[in-house]
Amino acid sequence: MEILKNSLIILTTSIGLVFIVVTAVGLIRLPDVYSRTHAASKSATLGVMFILLGVFLHFWLIKDEVNTRLLLGIAFLFMTGPVGGHVIGRAAYLSGVPMWKHSVKDDLGPYLKEQKKAHRQSID
Amino acid sequence: MAFQVLLNFFIAFLWMFLSMNFTLSTFLIGFILGIIMILMMNRFIPGRFYMGRVWALVKLFFLFLKELFLANFQVLSLIIRPKMPIKPAIFALPTVLEKEWEITLLSNLITLTPGTLVVAISEDSKTLFIHALDYGDAEEAIDSIRNSFERAILEVSRT
Repeated sequence: MEILKNSLIILTTSIGLVFIVVTAVGLIRLPDVYSRTHAASKSATLGVMFILLGVFLHFWLIKDEVNTRLLLGIAFLFMTGPVGGHVIGRAAYLSGVPMWKHSVKDDLGPYLKEQKKAHRQSID
Repeated sequence: MAFQVLLNFFIAFLWMFLSMNFTLSTFLIGFILGIIMILMMNRFIPGRFYMGRVWALVKLFFLFLKELFLANFQVLSLIIRPKMPIKPAIFALPTVLEKEWEITLLSNLITLTPGTLVVAISEDSKTLFIHALDYGDAEEAIDSIRNSFERAILEVSRT
């Protein structure tokens, strides 16, 4: 039984660790801000969630203490991780960071130009 | 929905007072009895039976978890390849959702799905601009996922 508990804890913590490493490697290897945000917003969220889950299981199964703060931490990460990714991508685009040169399509640029034109006409 | 939840709590407390036993298990028994009563009286209470909506919410949560896992394995398989075979793109996706919390939920779901990231939402909130990591092969699959997400969210918000 003890072995089962320990292996569960080790499994969750190491899955989290693997995804954190994936985040780091992705941040180095991917070409531009937008693709890096993919790695940072998804893998980092899941990695930290798994490590927190491992800590929660450790305290629950070995130390016999249910730490609800860790569960709240998991829930908050789950909600705020994607929002952070979105905000970084949006801020980068609006401040004019170019996409990678092999990008195949960009619908947002023409739309923003149109918005700007409409705005200027409404002022005149 | 809020009215039905409140009614259910009221029935549970009524059950506790009837049985003169103020414990959690009595409360839960009263709550379950309340669910059955509300289901039987559903025609006279305004709105849809609220447990159906709770069930739709649970299904949406598991959809969320599944997509998060698939997204991470996709990123994993991308970054360990020696040549990175990606074709990034930003494409527009029109949405039928109207309320603000629905659009927030949809963009969160899209951001956590494999290879997509919401970059901007148009001024009239009818279009989402999505950055896709690998545009070429996955466009139709992505569209079908969108449909399933949109349908799941509509299932929750339907009155």
